[in-house]
Amino acid sequence: MPSIWQTLSLAIPLAFGLVASLPPSARADQQAEIAEGEYLARAGDCIACHTVPDGALFAGGLPMLTPFGTLYSSNISPDPATGIGKWSADDFYRTMHQGRFPDGGLIYPAMPFPSYTKVTRKDCDAIYAYLRSVPPVRQPNRPNDLRFPFNNRSLILGWRTLFFQEGEYKPDPSKSAEWNRGAYLVEGLGHCAMCHSPINALGGSPESKAFEGGLIPMQNWYAPSLTSNKEAGLGEWNIKEITDLLRTGISHRGAVYGPMAEVTFDSLQYLNDADVHAMAVYLKSLSEGSPPATEVSSIPAPESSLLLNFGQTTYQTHCASCHAPDGRGMPPEYPPLAGNPSIQMQSAVNPIRMVLNGGFPPGTAGNPKPYGMPPFAQLLSDDEVAAVVTYIRAAWGNRGAPVSAREANRLRTAPLD
Amino acid sequence: MSFWSLVGRGSLINRAGRLGRSIVVITLTFWSATVPHAQPTAHPPDTIEARMLACAACHGPQGQGTNNDYFPRLAGKPAGYLLNQLVAFRDGRRRYPPMNYLLEYLPEAYLRQMADYLAALRPPPLPQAATEVGPALLTRGRELVTEGDPGHGVPACARCHGPTFTGMEPAIPGLVGLHASYISAQLGAWRYGTRTAAAPDCMQIVASSLTENDVSAVAAWLASLPIPSDPSPAARGALSMPLPCGSEPN
Repeated sequence: MPSIWQTLSLAIPLAFGLVASLPPSARADQQAEIAEGEYLARAGDCIACHTVPDGALFAGGLPMLTPFGTLYSSNISPDPATGIGKWSADDFYRTMHQGRFPDGGLIYPAMPFPSYTKVTRKDCDAIYAYLRSVPPVRQPNRPNDLRFPFNNRSLILGWRTLFFQEGEYKPDPSKSAEWNRGAYLVEGLGHCAMCHSPINALGGSPESKAFEGGLIPMQNWYAPSLTSNKEAGLGEWNIKEITDLLRTGISHRGAVYGPMAEVTFDSLQYLNDADVHAMAVYLKSLSEGSPPATEVSSIPAPESSLLLNFGQTTYQTHCASCHAPDGRGMPPEYPPLAGNPSIQMQSAVNPIRMVLNGGFPPGTAGNPKPYGMPPFAQLLSDDEVAAVVTYIRAAWGNRGAPVSAREANRLRTAPLD
Repeated sequence: MSFWSLVGRGSLINRAGRLGRSIVVITLTFWSATVPHAQPTAHPPDTIEARMLACAACHGPQGQGTNNDYFPRLAGKPAGYLLNQLVAFRDGRRRYPPMNYLLEYLPEAYLRQMADYLAALRPPPLPQAATEVGPALLTRGRELVTEGDPGHGVPACARCHGPTFTGMEPAIPGLVGLHASYISAQLGAWRYGTRTAAAPDCMQIVASSLTENDVSAVAAWLASLPIPSDPSPAARGALSMPLPCGSEPN
């Protein structure tokens, strides 16, 4: 005979099923779809642009500086008057897939629809279900503040002709299912190409240049190429090093910093083992075949030997206690500088900014209490910054070109937000 | 000139002869044998102090401040106050780009641990800078700080920040051990809205009631005070506050 508890454990879900409008199995399906949608919204990092710090979830209003003026992200909470409460699942899919509002209006490509177009209908529907489930926030969208002629939305048509190719991700049958999953996440929801592509004067990243790196407009950070082992190409990293970097923010090869810290903090740390592994497999394959970093050091000009000597002294005084006299660091807490491609790239913007601004890797589930690096802007002169960056770019077999005090000075005023 | 030629010609080593060379060789062998193997296992200490070395460059290794006018002493301030500031910098309610940048992606649990660590520190005070203002301004400063200016709605600092200006638990900061420039910059930041606190923002109200001259006077007088022998903040609720403050529930 069933006990009272067994009877109750059957009766309670039944009671809920009767009260709710949907049968229990449909409700469970709906809950599962919402949970899946939340996960995918993390993978797409919707929150980074559609929520202001300390603000209401998905209420928008985040200013985004572009070379053409300021755009404000929109309210994507389910408020009917000011958010997407009146949108259908079809409307939402069209927005993601075609970069058009439900009324057909064109969306500025600050919204990464050239990447989101690759997301499947099923995944778009899950994200839609999740966005419908969060609290509605009544907050009217703020008008964009773009200069003439960029305030004319019809210009977007020209941009689309040049740079936008509509279409869901097509798996490559010659590759593994895991590789394809990684490619789908990196090229689609992850919208990595938004930063890791050269941005040309028209604000577009042509498909053929995808993942070849570029200076992020207005932010003055360089997003390294993911296809070259001389930059952030991950061809020489092992899979664990890549997954550690993406998900915890630190690894034995280097740490995330600048805008990538936000990506790990808001998005990548929430992805499951299988997906991060798949992304790592795909990212590693992108730079396979690219020539590895050569060990031949470029011979510095006579005047840069002085810079190197001065830089070495500065390094031993301020940097060696963490990054070690031989540049090996104490990985993963203090990243290595010897052999670290991030320091040797043709663009010296990132190492200069790291010295000036310091930074903490993001605090993540896998690294909740990161070790930080102090800013040196207040301590070192332009000459000292140039010397120490020149030194770390050339010491221990590194082969980056010298940097000038002028370059260091220019980055003192780079925006920090 | 190579290292070995130095060894060969160095008078001390020549005198020591073969033994000296052997020691050099052994030492070099020891280094080459230990460094590559020791390095990969070397980790920084698993302490909050090591994790927060990034803060030491500006705030001193013990949070005691530095001789820079604009970087405050943090040691011994109430943990609740420190946490409020860390969170406000992270979320942009208090604007100072280098701090906003450093804290942007740190979780609150970690910031709380940082605040607790700094609150418990009791480093010796730094040598005080000589006051550069005249006696009239200092007198005005002492009046405002200890008695306020009731006619203009300015309460005495001591009413909330304590008779020895070491603050009150959990969230009212001490005002001693700070540079005059820092204090006047904060009062200015409240007036212009680049520093805000939970509503009701009592310091915004107080700072807005001060004249420019008052700000200089208060800053100069507070900066001239020594850190008392017991720099601990007053206990929670020990002082009855003249106006409500959102960050100090009472």
